[in-house]
Amino acid sequence: MSGRRRLLSTALAAWLAMGAAICATAIAQPQSGIVRPTTEPLRPSRDLGAQLYAGNCASCHGIAGSGIASPRPGAGGILGQGPPLHGVGELAADFYLRTGYMPLSSPHDQPGPDRVLFTDKEIKSLVSYVASLGPGPSIPAPNPASGSIAEGTQLFTEHCAGCHQELARGGFVTGAMVPPLQTVKATQIAEAVRIGPYLMPRFSPSQISDAQLNSIIKYVLSTRHPPNRGGWGIGNLGPIPEGLVTWWIAAPLLLLSCLAVGRRMRRP
Amino acid sequence: MKLWQWLFAFIVGRVLRRHPPPESSAQEPTRIVPAGTPERSAENLVLVLLGLAVVFALGFIVVYAEFSPKGMSNSLLGICLGLSLLCIGGALAVVAKRLVVTEELEDDYPSAHPEQQEEVAQIVHESGSRITRKRLLVGAGAAAGGTLGLAALTPALSLGPVWDTTPLDLTPWRHGVRLVDDQGRPLRADEILHQSYYTAFAEGADKELLASSLVVIRLDPDKLHLPEGRSDWAPEGIMAYSKICPHAGCAVALYRNPKFPAVQPSPALVCPCHYSTFDPFTGGTVTYGPAGRALPQLPLMIDSDRHLRAAGNFSARVGPSWLNVRERPTNA
Amino acid sequence: MTDPFVEPVRFIDERTAAAPQMRKFMRYLFPDHWSFLLGEVALYAFLVLIATGIYLALFFDPSTAKTIYHGSYTPLDGVRMSDAFKSVLDISLTYKGGLLIRQTHHWAADVFVAAILMHLMRVFFTGAFRKPRELTWIVGLLLLFTALLEGYMGYSLVDDLLSGMGLAIGYGVGLSIPVIGGPAMLAIFGAPFPGNPHLWSRMYIAHVFLVPVLLATLIGVHLVLVMARHHTQFRESVRHTQKRIVGVPLFPGQAPRSLALMLFVAGLLFLLGGLIQINPIWQWGPYEPWLGTNGAQPDWYLGWLIGALRLMPGFDVTIGHYTLIPNPFWGGVLFPLVVLGVLLAVPFAERRLTGDRGVHNLADRPRDAPGRTAFGVAFLSWVFLIFAFGAADRIFVLWGLSYNVQLFVFRIAIWVIPAILYVVTRRWCRALQVAEEVEAIQESAEEDIRSRAKARAPTAAGGR
Repeated sequence: MSGRRRLLSTALAAWLAMGAAICATAIAQPQSGIVRPTTEPLRPSRDLGAQLYAGNCASCHGIAGSGIASPRPGAGGILGQGPPLHGVGELAADFYLRTGYMPLSSPHDQPGPDRVLFTDKEIKSLVSYVASLGPGPSIPAPNPASGSIAEGTQLFTEHCAGCHQELARGGFVTGAMVPPLQTVKATQIAEAVRIGPYLMPRFSPSQISDAQLNSIIKYVLSTRHPPNRGGWGIGNLGPIPEGLVTWWIAAPLLLLSCLAVGRRMRRP
Repeated sequence: MKLWQWLFAFIVGRVLRRHPPPESSAQEPTRIVPAGTPERSAENLVLVLLGLAVVFALGFIVVYAEFSPKGMSNSLLGICLGLSLLCIGGALAVVAKRLVVTEELEDDYPSAHPEQQEEVAQIVHESGSRITRKRLLVGAGAAAGGTLGLAALTPALSLGPVWDTTPLDLTPWRHGVRLVDDQGRPLRADEILHQSYYTAFAEGADKELLASSLVVIRLDPDKLHLPEGRSDWAPEGIMAYSKICPHAGCAVALYRNPKFPAVQPSPALVCPCHYSTFDPFTGGTVTYGPAGRALPQLPLMIDSDRHLRAAGNFSARVGPSWLNVRERPTNA
Repeated sequence: MTDPFVEPVRFIDERTAAAPQMRKFMRYLFPDHWSFLLGEVALYAFLVLIATGIYLALFFDPSTAKTIYHGSYTPLDGVRMSDAFKSVLDISLTYKGGLLIRQTHHWAADVFVAAILMHLMRVFFTGAFRKPRELTWIVGLLLLFTALLEGYMGYSLVDDLLSGMGLAIGYGVGLSIPVIGGPAMLAIFGAPFPGNPHLWSRMYIAHVFLVPVLLATLIGVHLVLVMARHHTQFRESVRHTQKRIVGVPLFPGQAPRSLALMLFVAGLLFLLGGLIQINPIWQWGPYEPWLGTNGAQPDWYLGWLIGALRLMPGFDVTIGHYTLIPNPFWGGVLFPLVVLGVLLAVPFAERRLTGDRGVHNLADRPRDAPGRTAFGVAFLSWVFLIFAFGAADRIFVLWGLSYNVQLFVFRIAIWVIPAILYVVTRRWCRALQVAEEVEAIQESAEEDIRSRAKARAPTAAGGR
């Protein structure tokens, strides 16, 4: 008996240690790694943008946004590689910076929603700098209130649901994760549709007009609180949570009912 | 006066009749179910539960009548009905545990009946004593029954074109059929931009046909490595593939489109059902997932109005695989 | 005082001569262990399905004719949908109580299959499928697979985006049956997918009439077989033997319990139907063959098939130009047939492997048959792991675990883990048996000592 006890307690200790290690790794934050001048001007400025760009972006995106086609060792020991930024305009820079997609620790990581490491002033500065690299689209000003949810639902289903899931809960495309959209802002949706960040296709105004985009944005914003007329929405993910409810709520309650009505095993 | 006396006597008589003398216990038959002790507290609990059930059931009726169909009333309806049922169930459970004698009885397990088994077999056997050619008759009976059964099943062939499977091979596409979007507007080559994804259909055909829907994308023509004989299938790099996955028939609704191909996964059409992944550069070959054959490609041409038209039929049949699906569809 | 029940009983018996049957039926004995109630849970879920299903059938329109929606639910205004989908929208959003009935019906279907599975596991792990109950086991398996088909048709009738994708996959799996796949699917669908309008009326009549009649008949046969041979029982005392059953009579003891359970099941299902949303079709929208959504899944009881379809490596078996065995066949047809075949063979395989051909009315505890229990655990874990992989994409989205890595790991794990579990379970059962034997020996030794001490005691007392 004491042997079994010892085995159990050793197993428990090992399990706890493993759990602690996993938690520690999860909690551990990467280094901020943002290089910024010791004194920054009070207002956003293109010069500040240039400085921030040189310290944080040039190692992958090249000097003056010319891009780095093949990996080249850069600052901080990173093997830099990145697309050129000529002509991407304010729109792209604003999107990638405000969502935390950029900066990216390694070119091989998946860019995705992340902590935003730059301040608002710094982002504005960087945006104006990147915009100066070549003529490109400016930051859009969508008006979702003027859209129609009905039109937005149809357009989203047709163009977006395949990757983002009908209720914008995110999904999987071979080799990458598609982010859920419950926390994104209207401007970011408008920007993303026009750029197609990372692996997303892009949609020009000739395919999805600005008015249609307003409808799509209105729909996406509504997915934060989908119309759960039937009660608890259990994540709006479909049959997987429904199956979990069947086996983790219904089945135990039914077993309890059987135990309440029937009898346990008698000892002879 | 006399009437009053008669009435009085009548009433007294009725009252007395309500309480007949108790029967002697010697007349009671022997009990089958044991008597058990009363438990008034259990009875009270049952009454309470049944009373609650009444309240909830009435509540259901009230909620049904009062509220408009919004989310809240559905929950309330469910709570009322569910709790009413649970209360009655609870009352019955109390009855079972405390108000009914739970006897523990014994009984025999039923056993087999070898004598009757033999008798049954014997009856059947002896019944055939007048028959001289048993096998022939049984064979004829089986033939009659079998063919009749076949005849009875034959009308099932009208369910669909069972013998003729050519409908599976047909597509609405042939040389010159125009591509249209879901509103019926013809697609122009110049509106097909790089890095974008378009759904198209055959002009004049039912959009719901599996063979009608297409994915249209534009790639860099220099990067294409299409199979033999397809060198002119993608004018200016614009190419069209069937939107229906050849694995099990879902819509290939995902397009993986890298902005920086040097480090990011290459362009691919992906199906959301089982993640079959098709490479558009090589004619839709499968690069991941359980699909067993390539995504069928439709040859395109650009007409004089710069509209996109089919230049022929698909490279192979559309939709989930079956038998001759690897061959090009017929042009009919 | 005359018994008030004599009159109605006399009335019935004089006209049906049924009193002896009623007497026998009322005193049918139930072993009242809780695990024998799981089958009843399934039965009561079925009753709820019938009751709610009748209501739904009165409002559902089994037509694929298209219409443009201009109803009360504005987010779907202007959307082209089938009349079938529209009628379910109306049931859900327009008719009072419709959503409750519909959700209860759908929850009842999910719970129905879960209860059958729990009941199957109880029957398997106690060896209650052995002679003379092999037929009951076979009928039960037919019930399970018929229930799967019924549920699939039920949620496909709604014609929403999710179930429409599932119907397309069903078509693809059907086509993958070698040689006969094409004619079979053309017969059922009436035309290449999405089929002709007859498909919907065929599915409807199958779902509301043909298959429920089949289910009810199978349940009837199942219950008659159970009652004819009586339930098995655990060996809880010396009175419980192969020849004598000890239990609670149907009336008055068991009846209120069973009725209480029925009301608990119904009450729980209606609570679920009111409180937890299931299949919110107004969010999914109607199905069109050129539309797809990420994260599409079948209802849970078909999740084993999507897992199998996703696990298979990509190949068709071809002979020259001819595709003999398309890929979906392995995961969608062969896999479920193998599972059904193994389960059907269980009683006969056990007879063959153990050489035990006797009648068994006593139920084993799982530990009493280590080989059977170990096989059951291993087989269930095989199916369960394949089922679990079906959710790998959502696990990736939720926890970042690479889909590719999961694919690789699961392809190995579905074979390795059941093998390990077989060995471990078998050892564990044996260990439990040995522990019991040791305990029994200890107890009898202590009994021995006590009785000897008692035998000596009187002389000691007398000595004082």
